Amino acid sequence: MSALTREATETLIQEVLEIYPEKARKDRAKHLMVNDTELESSKKCITSNRKSLPGVMTMRGCAYAGSKGVVWGPIKDMISISHGPIGCGQYARGGRRNYYVGTTGVDTFCEMNFTSDFQEKDIVFGGDKKLAKLIDEIEMLFPLNKGISVQSECPVGLIGDDIEAVSKKAAAQLNKPVVPVRCEGFRGVSQSLGHHIANDSVRDWILSNRDGQPFEKTPYDVAILGDYNIGGDAWASRILLEEMGLRVVAQWSGDGTLAEMENTPFVKLNLLHCYRSMNYISRHMEEKYGIPWLEYNFFGPTKIAESLRKIASFFDDHIKEGAERVIEKYTPAMNEVIAKYKPRLQGKKVMLYVGGLRPRHVVGAYEDLGMEVVGTGYEFAHNDDYDRTIKDMGDATLIYDDATGHELDEFVKALKPDLIGSGIKEKYVFHKMGFPFRQMHSWDYSGPYHGYDGFAVFAKDMDLTLNNPCWKMLKAPWLKEEAAELKAA
Amino acid sequence: MAKLRQCAIYGKGGIGKSTTTQNLVAALAESGKKVMIVGCDPKADSTRLILHSKAQTSVMQLAAEAGSVEDLELEDVMNIGFGGIKCVESGGPEPGVGCAGRGVITAINFLEEEGAYDEALDFVFYDVLGDVVCGGFAMPIRENKAQEIYIVCSGEMMAMYAANNIAKGIVKYANSGGVRLAGLICNSRNTDREDELIMALAARLGTTMIHFVPRHNAVQHAEIRRMTVIEYDPTHSQADEYRALANKIVNNTKFVIPTPIEMEQLEELLMEFGIMEVEDTTIIGKTAAELAAEAVAA
Repeated sequence: MSALTREATETLIQEVLEIYPEKARKDRAKHLMVNDTELESSKKCITSNRKSLPGVMTMRGCAYAGSKGVVWGPIKDMISISHGPIGCGQYARGGRRNYYVGTTGVDTFCEMNFTSDFQEKDIVFGGDKKLAKLIDEIEMLFPLNKGISVQSECPVGLIGDDIEAVSKKAAAQLNKPVVPVRCEGFRGVSQSLGHHIANDSVRDWILSNRDGQPFEKTPYDVAILGDYNIGGDAWASRILLEEMGLRVVAQWSGDGTLAEMENTPFVKLNLLHCYRSMNYISRHMEEKYGIPWLEYNFFGPTKIAESLRKIASFFDDHIKEGAERVIEKYTPAMNEVIAKYKPRLQGKKVMLYVGGLRPRHVVGAYEDLGMEVVGTGYEFAHNDDYDRTIKDMGDATLIYDDATGHELDEFVKALKPDLIGSGIKEKYVFHKMGFPFRQMHSWDYSGPYHGYDGFAVFAKDMDLTLNNPCWKMLKAPWLKEEAAELKAA
Repeated sequence: MAKLRQCAIYGKGGIGKSTTTQNLVAALAESGKKVMIVGCDPKADSTRLILHSKAQTSVMQLAAEAGSVEDLELEDVMNIGFGGIKCVESGGPEPGVGCAGRGVITAINFLEEEGAYDEALDFVFYDVLGDVVCGGFAMPIRENKAQEIYIVCSGEMMAMYAANNIAKGIVKYANSGGVRLAGLICNSRNTDREDELIMALAARLGTTMIHFVPRHNAVQHAEIRRMTVIEYDPTHSQADEYRALANKIVNNTKFVIPTPIEMEQLEELLMEFGIMEVEDTTIIGKTAAELAAEAVAA
């Protein structure tokens, strides 16, 4: 079911496109589609991973955000240097709520901002020397760091700082990995290229560090890839895998360590949550080490059960039984959650606009609560993401790629969802329009939403937001009276 | 008080821009003009003949030592040389690191903010790195900076290519600002019919050859002593050449938006003067063995 019929949705797209000049209209038309669940490939219906149009409001980030903010930043015992002027590092600090265990500033460093703080003279004379000095100072002040990554900001790419040479020299001196990452913000069309660059630098500088070294394997070793532990997501996931009998060797990269990443080539199976940001390294490990990888979805009991069984199918009966045991154990609690919240949320319509995996992954969790996702879209997806989305979304629902401010406004006005899930940039716009809104990047400072524990939090949060009495008080009293008078007259 | 005239000197690397500029500026100073030279080349060799020094300590060098350019005062970066000429070098990194262009931008902004362009000045000369490789080296010809561009060239092919390319750059800024091409200065390399050739090129570009500076080793004799000819041997005929050039620049009123020519036209001009052979298109892409085989067959 969709909010509108296929024809009405198609008409809506045309109406929304009307405001654009011809060239922009032609371009944007390719990024909007009406879902057809029969389709095998999204190629003919939607274009993605293209440069945003100038003049529209895009919600995308940059390659630096994708590398430093997403992939490298959450590795808790490594220090990520924002190499360049101060702003990128400072404004990217702590924004994603990647929880971790450790003593910040002693053995873990995620919440801190390490930067070379470029001044005019560093642009003119190059930042290499400063970078080398910074690495020395880091080593002196934070000796328990396990390694360092150098995240390039835009100017580094312009002035051609040789960060590779500095990194190699420092790595030899410190006897620790020092990883140069060429994730200058101007590269690519969104944060997506940053994920790829970060994956490649992990591949080149980290992944094979322990090849040939002894490792006590078990037949049940897995790694979690693409879980950034936002609000504790990875923890809520990990316990389920452990309960079913698996050994989680590594978390990439939320609450993860360098040693975990280096040990990942020894696992039996890579479990991939955020496909977009870590499919590259998963494919590489499959190719180089023969490790299969599996996409899973830990949002909502239906998808969790499905995923646990899929994961178990890679292992023996011990694990298969374990999966069933876990599902059975949590089902009563989940039924309670559903019994409590479903009556309050049943039939409510949701519109989403998020990043890497959530525009499709959370659909099942909403459906478990009797809600319906009527529109969804990604900031920086590629077509393989849309291929997957087609199957998860209802027929004739609206799908939008790199949506503009105008498009989101108009779609929301037309579809009148009961709840919008997107990011901080959208939040207050829709609040002002009177729509209940949840941040679906940061879980609105709540979480976790992954796993069974996460679903209980998710359901409660959606109810709190959607059924908050404030939404009934948006009309000023004098306007209410006016409306009543008009009615009476 | 006459209005301050800001002039930028461009030209192919090694053509003699710095030497010509300093001799010309010395001649202007000798005639009583108040002049400032701003070197816009990381090599910082645009003021050495005026200051009798190896390389003046540059704005960027001082800024790096002090912490930032905001920590500097004008007197820290400005030296006074022969004839009261004010000298500033923007400076910049060693080859292969950093961003020299940004150094030029920073230094010129600093000079403006610190009031280096005071009303007592008659002329400012920017001596710019040979190739305008990025936006930074176009800084001197942006709005409210140099309005007159002089291109130093010679009768050699590459020098003329460069002159034409620089003219193209000027067109871009001429359309958005007030910058104009003020003339070609031929710094002779003693090639055949050099003066005629440069005059012909100047005509094509819509400008004039403002002066033909003959080649004379008096310039080198003076340079060894880190002096201009004007100072080293004021009675020398070569000093008079620079005085003539200075005088022409003082009286110059022919400022144009240049009309750069296409590569084919430039090549035609070079062929006309015998600098370039007519191209034999039959041999392009053929190896020595192939050509030998053809010669045998013929």
